[in-house]
Amino acid sequence: MSFLGSPALAAPQADASNPWFSWHYIQQNADQILTDTRFHFITTIEAVALAMIVAIPLAVLCYWVRPLAAPILALSGVLYTIPSLALFAFLAPFVGVGVTTILIGLVIYALLLVIQNTLTGLQQVPEDVRDAARGMGYGRLGMLWHVELPLALPAIITGIRLATVSTVALLTVGVIVGQGGLGQLISSGLHTNLNRAAIATGTVLCVALGLALDVVIAGFGRLVTPWARRRAS
Amino acid sequence: MNFIHEAIVWLNDPLNWTNPGGILAELREHLVISSLAVLIACAIGLPLGIWFGHVGHGGGLVVAFSNTTRAIPTYALLAVIYVAGVAGIGAASAVPALAIFGIPPILANAYTGVRQVDPEVRDAALGMGMSGRQLLGRVELPLAVPYIAAGIRTAAVQVVATATLASLVAGGGLGDIIYAGFGLTIARGGGQILAGGLLVAVLALLVNGVLGIVAHFVTPKPLRPRRRSRRGRRAARPATSGAPA
Repeated sequence: MSFLGSPALAAPQADASNPWFSWHYIQQNADQILTDTRFHFITTIEAVALAMIVAIPLAVLCYWVRPLAAPILALSGVLYTIPSLALFAFLAPFVGVGVTTILIGLVIYALLLVIQNTLTGLQQVPEDVRDAARGMGYGRLGMLWHVELPLALPAIITGIRLATVSTVALLTVGVIVGQGGLGQLISSGLHTNLNRAAIATGTVLCVALGLALDVVIAGFGRLVTPWARRRAS
Repeated sequence: MNFIHEAIVWLNDPLNWTNPGGILAELREHLVISSLAVLIACAIGLPLGIWFGHVGHGGGLVVAFSNTTRAIPTYALLAVIYVAGVAGIGAASAVPALAIFGIPPILANAYTGVRQVDPEVRDAALGMGMSGRQLLGRVELPLAVPYIAAGIRTAAVQVVATATLASLVAGGGLGDIIYAGFGLTIARGGGQILAGGLLVAVLALLVNGVLGIVAHFVTPKPLRPRRRSRRGRRAARPATSGAPA
């Protein structure tokens, strides 16, 4: 039966006229490259921001209500195991082929990383520090805001960094619904006579975007936790 | 809920299982690709990780490698290796890409596993007159088994999940079912897309569960995590950190 099967791609072959890096290709397709990069960047930020808004309160809930932690972490573990293509496949028939589908998928994966790291950070707050805070008259919310969350900040930042880097990489799978950002460049390269320049450009930009965002968030993390820096030096 | 019904109908059609390119054929291809990739990843990751752990160097390298591979999209690597044409066409070109993503968990866990052995235990073994090789074979490796097993499990689950993407570069496997469904448009292929997604998800969870049981039984008894010892000495719980695939 022919209704199943992989996409028909040309067989790869060594070809001098098909370079990996081509300034000509970049100039010719500057608009497309810029659009895809911008989409990739914005969608990543949206997904991670949404994930933070949901994940940090959930982590606090797990921290306060201990019995909730195990089931929430177990559920996130199961969701995490599901391949991204399968997740998009679950969503697409109901949500349609659009940016919403991949956004939901990306938020789910990012969610897990942020929850786990935030919870770890909160649980690492030493008991005597909490005791001292309680002795100073902090209530539950005050202690969370002024003591526990700041102390957990390095772990939360780590979670956000991991989530951001994996979101950038995962977004390329969005090509399955035509919303892959820089993945679209790779896809177009695959489907137009295996244009190496398109594939290489998409790949390099994607890796660069991931690493750049990672560095920016790490820098921001250092900026907002000056005490951690002082201790390290 | 129309699509759910269609997915059930699709899964219930025996032809969809036994056809050439049907579920069984794709499943076989999926498992062959994944097994080869995990084997290659083990062949590279285990000796390196164990050796680094034994000599106590290379931790930075292990972390750097893990972080770099995390930033590389699987789809991109699959495409690059396919187009480079070094590994041949289709399924063969997916194997090296998947193997590369399988290496970090195996490498990192093997390294941590050997590294975490109590220095006093190591000293005692050396004091008993063990050679470096005996120390590795009789002390460090048995104590590292839970970590190594966890690493291989994480890698295997990740590779099985990632192998779905091979269909995007003509690599075959269960991803083909989803891919073909999208090719039919959502309205006509929705049920098939859903069925394909379900098959892939169930396979990933199944591999995770089965390997969890295997990991439990290959771990020496005293090292198995005990259920009821919450406050007592907790058995070492290996950190498994994979990337979503």
